[in-house]
Amino acid sequence: MSKIDKVKKIIVEKPLKLDCGKTIKDFPLAYETYGKLNDRKDNAILVFHALTGDQFASGTNPITNKEGWWNYALGPGKAIDTNKFFVICANVIGGCMGSYGPSNIGDNGKPLGTNFPVITINDMVNAQYNLLDFFKINKLFSVIGGSMGGMQVLQFVSNFPEKSHTAIPIACTASHSAQNIALNELGRQSIMADHNWMDGFYVENKKVPDKGLAVARMAAHITYLSKKGLQEKFGRKLQERDDLKFGFDADFQIESYLRYQGSVFVDRFDANSYLYITRAMDYFDLTKQFNGNLSKAFEKTNSKFFVISFTSDWLYPTSENRDIVIALNSISKDVGFIEITSDKGHDSFLLDVPDFLSAVKNFLETSYQKLK
Amino acid sequence: MKKEFFEISKLLKKNSKVLDVGCGDGELMKYITENITENVRGLEISKNNIQKCIAKGLTVIEGDAEKDLRQFPNSSYDFVILSQTLQAFLDPENVINELLRVGKKAIVSIPNFGHWRVRLNLLFKGQMPITENLPNEWYNTPNLHMCTIRDFVNFCNKKKIKIDCPNLFYVNLFSELGIFIIEK
Repeated sequence: MSKIDKVKKIIVEKPLKLDCGKTIKDFPLAYETYGKLNDRKDNAILVFHALTGDQFASGTNPITNKEGWWNYALGPGKAIDTNKFFVICANVIGGCMGSYGPSNIGDNGKPLGTNFPVITINDMVNAQYNLLDFFKINKLFSVIGGSMGGMQVLQFVSNFPEKSHTAIPIACTASHSAQNIALNELGRQSIMADHNWMDGFYVENKKVPDKGLAVARMAAHITYLSKKGLQEKFGRKLQERDDLKFGFDADFQIESYLRYQGSVFVDRFDANSYLYITRAMDYFDLTKQFNGNLSKAFEKTNSKFFVISFTSDWLYPTSENRDIVIALNSISKDVGFIEITSDKGHDSFLLDVPDFLSAVKNFLETSYQKLK
Repeated sequence: MKKEFFEISKLLKKNSKVLDVGCGDGELMKYITENITENVRGLEISKNNIQKCIAKGLTVIEGDAEKDLRQFPNSSYDFVILSQTLQAFLDPENVINELLRVGKKAIVSIPNFGHWRVRLNLLFKGQMPITENLPNEWYNTPNLHMCTIRDFVNFCNKKKIKIDCPNLFYVNLFSELGIFIIEK
């Protein structure tokens, strides 16, 4: 039994009709929880992870032995205070941390690979909704997430308008832009160009398309930072050498850093999951789901929204976050919005950005007080 | 709390829907929430102030009244408040029009440039006046379009905006601050 078989999971028996037309049932959904659900069951927060995240948002990830991806924001006394709130985080379907994904074994006894169905943000959210039944929670206190997690927040509230008191979409968009589709395509092409990818059936062929996946990660990692942040952290500093070597080794620290980021990523992430999840992001267009009128997505909800963006985020810029605010405002929904000043780019929501963390904390705690 | 906020709050109706444009650190919104209506929203340009509002549990949108009022639907609020910021806008007339579009009524307060102390300052010192309500020097003041209470009333009359201001002569001379309810 590998470590990944031991993560907590529910088996979703109820059939789930996917956007692609296929129906799945009896599939695993891996999750983790933090804090305690109170007797009134009114303190539950569902956290949605981003592209390469997983259910281990806080503490130590038992599979990778690395820190949880949202350790800055989530834990006892932190912005999402697990002394007060009961936090649920699930691995999205399509992922590789125990939920139904391309590395699951199919009917032929082999890993699904690219026989796995194409999934969407809508499918991910519908799958995770089953956790409310599992924990017998009638209404969440909040749904929160950054980047692809933010998209899931928007889709969740649209699908289940009465199931969360508050909603916090962070650094995201209601409609994936051409630029972001292009960047995702770059990553996918890099993976598929690796000979070891083998049309997605690398596991049964005992290969790993690690070179392609590493390059995909390197390219993506650049998009999570800002020009200013990169310049300040690395500039033109050289990597353990006094002068240029007139070759193609990593002369510069930034090169070495990216190579490192690529190499550690392949140890923890599955190439096919990367393809499927980026595809889901590209297909996300909540505005189109409502025939071009984003406001309609939120018409039925009374959730209190708090939209957050970051000044240096060029992947999901403030303008796209503001479009969500405008859609809510134009139908007089309860929405607050702040753009946080940070040089840390799109990754700001994952990092130690005090203004961001205090805004989330204050919003959650004052909203929870009003609820009582 | 500032006396001005108390005066503004008196003009609001119980349980009405209120938008505070340029809500600052949320002091007025907080008072209104606790005493008059819970249905209050704010629009504010300063990130620092927005953080203070969030800490008070207030719903505030970061934005610039000169361009971000556009996203609010027609007559979506019973009252829209603009406290002492009209004179700081590049295009105050446009802002007034937007207030009257979004709100069924607008409450506007302005520092009165026609107050006797201001007049004396200019008359005897020959300098731009500095008072409690107008604390800045001419070169660093955010106030681009100072006006007197009489100017504001004349403006409203000219633009066919309903405004009520009895004893205009007296008020213009002795009030440091003008607070008005206006409507289309």
